[in-house]
Amino acid sequence: MIESFKKVKIEVRALNVWFYKKHVLKDISMRFRTNGVTSIMGPSGCGKTTLIRSLNRMNEVLKGSRTEGEVLVDGENVYDSDIDVFELRRRVGMVFQKPNPFPKSIFENVAFGLRIQGMNERDQLEERIMVSLRRAGLWDEVKDRMDESALTLSGGQQQRLCIARALAVEPEVILMDEPTSALDPAATARIETLIRELAKDYTVVIVTHNMQQAARVSDLTAFLYIGELIEYSPTPDIFENPQNVLTEKYITGEFG
Amino acid sequence: MNKRSKETLFFQILRLGTYVTVSTVVALLAYLVYMGSDMLSFSFVTSFPREGMTAGGIYPAVVGTLYLMALVLLLSLPLGVAAAVYLSEYAGERESRLVKIIRIATANLAGVPSIVYGLLGLGLFVLFLGFGFSLLSASLTLSLLTLPVIITASVEALKTVPHSYREAALALGATKWQTTKRVVFPHALPGILTASIIGLSRAAGETAPIMMTGVAYFLSGLPQSVIDQFMALPFHIFALSTQSPNPDLTRPIQFGAVLVLLLLVLSMNLVAILLRTYYRRRLS
Repeated sequence: MIESFKKVKIEVRALNVWFYKKHVLKDISMRFRTNGVTSIMGPSGCGKTTLIRSLNRMNEVLKGSRTEGEVLVDGENVYDSDIDVFELRRRVGMVFQKPNPFPKSIFENVAFGLRIQGMNERDQLEERIMVSLRRAGLWDEVKDRMDESALTLSGGQQQRLCIARALAVEPEVILMDEPTSALDPAATARIETLIRELAKDYTVVIVTHNMQQAARVSDLTAFLYIGELIEYSPTPDIFENPQNVLTEKYITGEFG
Repeated sequence: MNKRSKETLFFQILRLGTYVTVSTVVALLAYLVYMGSDMLSFSFVTSFPREGMTAGGIYPAVVGTLYLMALVLLLSLPLGVAAAVYLSEYAGERESRLVKIIRIATANLAGVPSIVYGLLGLGLFVLFLGFGFSLLSASLTLSLLTLPVIITASVEALKTVPHSYREAALALGATKWQTTKRVVFPHALPGILTASIIGLSRAAGETAPIMMTGVAYFLSGLPQSVIDQFMALPFHIFALSTQSPNPDLTRPIQFGAVLVLLLLVLSMNLVAILLRTYYRRRLS
């Protein structure tokens, strides 16, 4: 396990999550460093999604969830009762498995997070939206059709729009839950390039069940199996020299 | 009987069912139009009844029904939508036994006979709360009758909003209220409006509840406030055909009034359909 980082962005301490009676995450402790990409891989149902959703407290919008343990973002436990969960979710943004733009215009999709914070001035909005769309690599494709419905975009464009929407509120961390699993290979490649680009300025945590993707985009990789953190190492190490027999079996395709 | 002729037989039975239903409606409408269309004129809907209601128009009944609808809409729409949003968006998380009971009760209330609502209105609004035999009591009673329809349908409309929209909003730091107001509600609005209009058009034709709470057989003027009595189309039709000293003389007016009431209700339903198509197109 990696014990020392130059700067830790998120620290998970003895995290346990249950859904009703099912113990989904078992005593997870790990650190996410500032900037760069950390990927979490593992077979279906291993708790990958639950793990990243625990970082911005999105598990609690689902029925029957219960969390114990600590998640520290910049040293502050986000499960403390006096934490502003809405501010937390602004700082720790999220992109979902299936692109989920609102059935609104492209402009209004990116504007959403800004509007709920009370930004309503057209000039300000336009500026921030342009910057966000540029960062997400979508600006050139949509700049002349900002008022069209976001649902007219292709799947890959929709996912980049969702990334732009998350970027607009100026988060520090971006969580991505299998962001390319609904996309074709070309769109996937674009998103992966984008992820590398974003890692320069943001702490990116990506969940994937695609090992090649983990190998391609991430600096660090964690392997999760039935709710337990099996191995967590720099990406080259985990693929070339897995320490745990389960990791090795997973990487060589014996299960998954 | 072989498979194929069995298939034909059942197909014909099913088709017959459809034809019987459709032809009944068409025949009814055709007959009403045939009997009543002569009466339809601008002066028919804008003049008071004359000569013991055997002549003249149905103006006060039309106005009374419109007043009633406006008040029912004003009372039941905000209340019904608020209840639906609570049940669907807020109470749903905990899904306590109480919430389940409320849901079942609401669904069942929609099936309670209207005469029961009439009695409730008489006891509660007219007598106990002292609103008297009035437009107010009748509107409140009809609102109670419309509420379950609005709530049930609005909850259904809210349920059709994909969960992923809610998650997208919450993950951006929106509060539950912001999510509901900006994402969930606009998406469910066409469904809510459609259901409300249909609920309202059902209330427009109700006779029993208003008979017990505020409708008048005949008034020489329009109601001046919500505590006045009023005339209304469905009761006017009932009165003309059963309470008049000479029902035969009032027959043409009866047909005219029925036709006006039907046109009113059908045009409300038409508005609902148009709204739904419009929003559906805009969303896709």
